[in-house]
Amino acid sequence: MEAIPFCRGGGCTAKLGPAALERVLSKLPRPTDPALLIGAESSDDAAVYQLTDDLAIVQTLDFFPPMVDDPYVFGQIAAANALSDIYAMGGAVRTALNIVCFPEQMDLNILGQILQGGNEKVMEAGGSLAGGHSIADSEVKYGLSVTGVVHPKHIRANHTGRVGDALVLTKPLGVGLVCTAARMGAASEDALALATRSMTTLNRYAAEIADRYAVHACTDVTGFGLCGHLHEMLRPDLSARIYAHRLPVIPEARTYADEFYLTAAAQRNRNFAQGRVRMQGISFADEEILFDPQTSGGLLFAIDAAQADAFAAEIAALGLPSGRIGELIPRMDTEIIVDI
Amino acid sequence: MATIVDARGKLCPQPVIETKKAIQEQGTPVITIVDDEIARQNVEKMAQQMGLYAESSEIEGGFRVLIQPVSTDVLSAVMADAGEALGQAIQMLEPTPFPPASNRQPTVVVLSSHCMGTGDDTLGAALMKGFVYALTQLDDAPDTVLLYNGGAKLAVHGADTVQDLKVLEENGTEVLVCGTCLSHYGLTELLAVGSVTNMYTIAEILMGAGKVIRP
Repeated sequence: MEAIPFCRGGGCTAKLGPAALERVLSKLPRPTDPALLIGAESSDDAAVYQLTDDLAIVQTLDFFPPMVDDPYVFGQIAAANALSDIYAMGGAVRTALNIVCFPEQMDLNILGQILQGGNEKVMEAGGSLAGGHSIADSEVKYGLSVTGVVHPKHIRANHTGRVGDALVLTKPLGVGLVCTAARMGAASEDALALATRSMTTLNRYAAEIADRYAVHACTDVTGFGLCGHLHEMLRPDLSARIYAHRLPVIPEARTYADEFYLTAAAQRNRNFAQGRVRMQGISFADEEILFDPQTSGGLLFAIDAAQADAFAAEIAALGLPSGRIGELIPRMDTEIIVDI
Repeated sequence: MATIVDARGKLCPQPVIETKKAIQEQGTPVITIVDDEIARQNVEKMAQQMGLYAESSEIEGGFRVLIQPVSTDVLSAVMADAGEALGQAIQMLEPTPFPPASNRQPTVVVLSSHCMGTGDDTLGAALMKGFVYALTQLDDAPDTVLLYNGGAKLAVHGADTVQDLKVLEENGTEVLVCGTCLSHYGLTELLAVGSVTNMYTIAEILMGAGKVIRP
């Protein structure tokens, strides 16, 4: 298998920092079409546009440089990551378009393997790959533009959680740390295997389980890390409490944090969240894990507390580390409180 | 001589990993040169985590991060102290009066309620727990924590502040609980941390305090 030469930090570590993004986006005029149910203003995962009383389309796109050596696996991961936003909104995937940046002088078979991996995930999602757009670039980048459908009454927004809701995360954290250690040749096979299995797993299955429960809000945890995406779920009347010992984590990620495989993206996430998060007695490694940028991370649900254990058990049966990690509480002096 | 790590043009985690290697192999001091702010923060974060001291200065097109076991300020203070001690030793040879005893005055924290602030008691109790925890994290812990009236409830079995008060006590802070208050609330048997005290001692401690903190 031919390795893709590594470019700047791959996967979601390549995302622009949340602070920089917020500054630029705040200058754009807001759309006024009332049929646009969810747009940029709520920093939600995807746009939702209502077509009829019982039909809305969900649109999203995501692409990034490679974070693993294997082009086929990279294609799978990039696609699973792009498709995830549809599931975070409670929708079903219908069509997808490829977004490709590829160096002219590189072996086209590599591109073929990337697209094959992507196509398989689109098919697994029940969607059709319907075309795409490619440009010559100095670095490889790949992703999808995805269209899904959702019933307007069943949209899962990210900021509609309720006080007392339990927070359930469906995939392990630490993917960014493991990929960074791997880039420096320091990750174990087990760690990379678990990270890869997690990144290539569609969030479809967790979303389908959630359809049977009283879920109040949902987002997917990607480049801004757990704290960054949890921030997007909170409101002026809502805080969150997280228990560090309950976080699902790729075990080796803590070691890699202690060995300082630190990404720029994690530090940007930390800078953004500073002042919004209070950590009480948390180890350095757990701090890093809370800010670790995730590629194709899990869904984070706010769910009726009475149903949370049953829900978390069904999610755990899907086979990845996952868990009930905390709860939504009335607004405190800080947005996010992390206890041991 | 300091080891120099030139990490300009390198992306995280490389500047951090190369600096760590230099520290482990060559020892401190290490000077790392980076060209962006985030890399500087990551190198500083690592130094801090290794129990070292990092000082950054801006240079053309980037930052220079000096990593050593103590800060430059402390280093020069130690040097100055050494000079002063030498001067004093010379003076001691002449008949001069002894220098005055340390004028450091004790810091006393008074907790007179189980809540911090007024408005909402649930919030107040959570804030108080946070405050007592924060005390354990301070570099300069208070000399004495006085608990009276509702504050006495913070030191009895079942209170979520007991553990942190124990940590304070283990680290040398005197934790004193008003005996009258414990018996007023019927909690005398339930005291979990600190020693019982009386109004005479409370008055004496407050009068002798350099600073009294009432959250």
